[in-house]
Amino acid sequence: MLVLEQALNGLQLGVMLFLMSAGLTLVFGIMRVINLAHGSFYMIGAYVAATVAMRSGSFLLGLLAALPAAGIAGMVVELLVLRRLYRRDHLDQVLATFGLIFFFNELTRMIWGRQPLFMDVPSWLAGSVELLPGIHYPLYRLAILLAGMVVALFLYLLFSRTRLGMQIRAGATSREIVGALGVNIRLLYTLVFGLGTMLAGLAGVMAGPILAVEPGMGESILILTFVVIVIGGIGSVRGALVGAILVGLVDTLARAFLPGLLRLALDTAAADRAGAAIASMSVYIFMALFLAFRPAGLFPVSES
Amino acid sequence: MNRYLAAVLCCLLLPLSMAVAGEPVKIGMITTLSTKAGYLGEEIRDGFRLAVDLGQGRLGGIPVELLVADDGRSPEKGRQIAERFIRRDHVRILTGTVFSNVALAVVPKVVRQGVFFISPNAGPSRLAGEGCSANFFNVSWQTDTLSEVIGQYATDQGFDNVYIIAPNYVAGRDNVAGFRRYYRGGIAGEVYTALGQADYAAEIAALRKAAPDAVYFFLPGGMGINFLKQYAQAGLQGVIPLMGPAATDGRLLGAVGEAAVGVVNSAQWSSEFDNPANRRFVAAFRKMYGRTPTLFASQGYDAALLIGSALRAVGGDMNRSDAFRAALEKADFPSVRGRFRFGRNHFPIQDYYVRQVVKSGDGGIVNRLLGRVFTDHPDAYADRCPLQ
Repeated sequence: MLVLEQALNGLQLGVMLFLMSAGLTLVFGIMRVINLAHGSFYMIGAYVAATVAMRSGSFLLGLLAALPAAGIAGMVVELLVLRRLYRRDHLDQVLATFGLIFFFNELTRMIWGRQPLFMDVPSWLAGSVELLPGIHYPLYRLAILLAGMVVALFLYLLFSRTRLGMQIRAGATSREIVGALGVNIRLLYTLVFGLGTMLAGLAGVMAGPILAVEPGMGESILILTFVVIVIGGIGSVRGALVGAILVGLVDTLARAFLPGLLRLALDTAAADRAGAAIASMSVYIFMALFLAFRPAGLFPVSES
Repeated sequence: MNRYLAAVLCCLLLPLSMAVAGEPVKIGMITTLSTKAGYLGEEIRDGFRLAVDLGQGRLGGIPVELLVADDGRSPEKGRQIAERFIRRDHVRILTGTVFSNVALAVVPKVVRQGVFFISPNAGPSRLAGEGCSANFFNVSWQTDTLSEVIGQYATDQGFDNVYIIAPNYVAGRDNVAGFRRYYRGGIAGEVYTALGQADYAAEIAALRKAAPDAVYFFLPGGMGINFLKQYAQAGLQGVIPLMGPAATDGRLLGAVGEAAVGVVNSAQWSSEFDNPANRRFVAAFRKMYGRTPTLFASQGYDAALLIGSALRAVGGDMNRSDAFRAALEKADFPSVRGRFRFGRNHFPIQDYYVRQVVKSGDGGIVNRLLGRVFTDHPDAYADRCPLQ
């Protein structure tokens, strides 16, 4: 029973990571830009949602305000900063977007102060439901699962069924030819970047009620997000989905069961400590093993 | 226009008034203002500054100048700032440090140069035991002590099956050791999490399965916010009691809200304390900053008053080091926590209390005093200090 509940926890963490990594991998796959500041848009989403939800008392209004805010912030950053970096080296991109992290952290501190913001679960998602006899699961975490699945479906339909999606895929393969065919590739890039940051903002909104809304909150999830896209294959949204769920499961199950397993072999105190240490490394060990066998990730995107 | 005029006047008058009073004594504050933990340094600084402002720029009647610098929680940076304060500004009194790792990097080096260090928060075991120093004073608590209070409280409550959760780093393990020093019951489980962990779903599910009498948690800062929110959402709030050291200061309560109600936490101070010094402090702090002071602000304020008492004793003459030290040891100042004195190792011997988070009449979330756990309690390392 506990295994089932922990698996559900892992799945839910995975979905959260998917919302973050989908945007990041999309931007890299299509624009070939490494955006370290992705976590900042997650933070912007959470802050705007928390502020609006506090003022209006409505979680939904907070969500509706946060998505465009994160999306627009992303597009502004694309226009002002990233546009100058497409033809530069990856190292320049890393440096510039790393600088953006500090900029956004300081900006939130100036606007909202150092005090973490309060954001509550909406009353209609509070409480828990009994999924199976004996397994109570918070309703809000189920809502996160659902939101992740909706987003995955939306991205699938966007890419496979719409004209915009077709142009995006074509742009990823050959920027010049798509441009020659009369598609405004610059606008397309801005839109893709805005979509990516909007998804990060959505992850921030969903995280608001369960995590601390504070400056720098984006960095803690960013590292796992990078692990996800490396495992999934950089640039592949499908890879991000599978990678995120794998990482979520590995992380949660290791934290839940490793100390117990180690106790079979070691004494309790040593097992608790070793378990804690190994559990916090588990994701990275998993990534290293994975890359040893699949160096390009799960769904490698062919370089053009 | 008037405002500009006033500003200009101030600028003209300020050097004048200083010249009359003589050279102010410089106090260097090395504290953590950036990073997620920055609000701790902000509280300490604001409490300290309040004492200076209430004295109209003086502590103990002696004009002081407060220099503040942000260590960014980095030991290396803390050391550089200390160096700069001592070399360039000729500072003889340092204070401010929030984190033990910064204090351990700064304190041994500066006390060797004859500088005084008054810690308003950091109290690592090494500086309380073998590594104690004649020039180092701590006005808050030794790191383990607040967890010892919770350990004693758990024993007093008759809990016999406690679940322990703390991050896997030095202060986490020190706190658990402090808890176990006074807790006599059994342990239902002991979990060490990653430092800075965000999601506690796995730990909470395992905890529920273990069905303990109570949970001891030491998760400072954002980790505590995450844990408390998720604990309430899992439906465990009020079902299995939570207790921890100083875990729920006022600013954290603002971020957690009702999910924190019921948490028992330990402290040497509460804003409710009804003594003249504390009434004055709390009222003045609220008036100046528009918020209720936290434990950390009270420690900053007391550090300032302590320094003031010693400055008064030497008439502001920092060359009289021995007299200054002797005055610090007396701790002759009206502490906001009531009774206060130093042990041989220059760490406090004081009373400790438990508080509980409750909903106040006007719908706010506040800490209410539950009762006293320790009277005149020294820290566990004092005996190892070679000072006389």
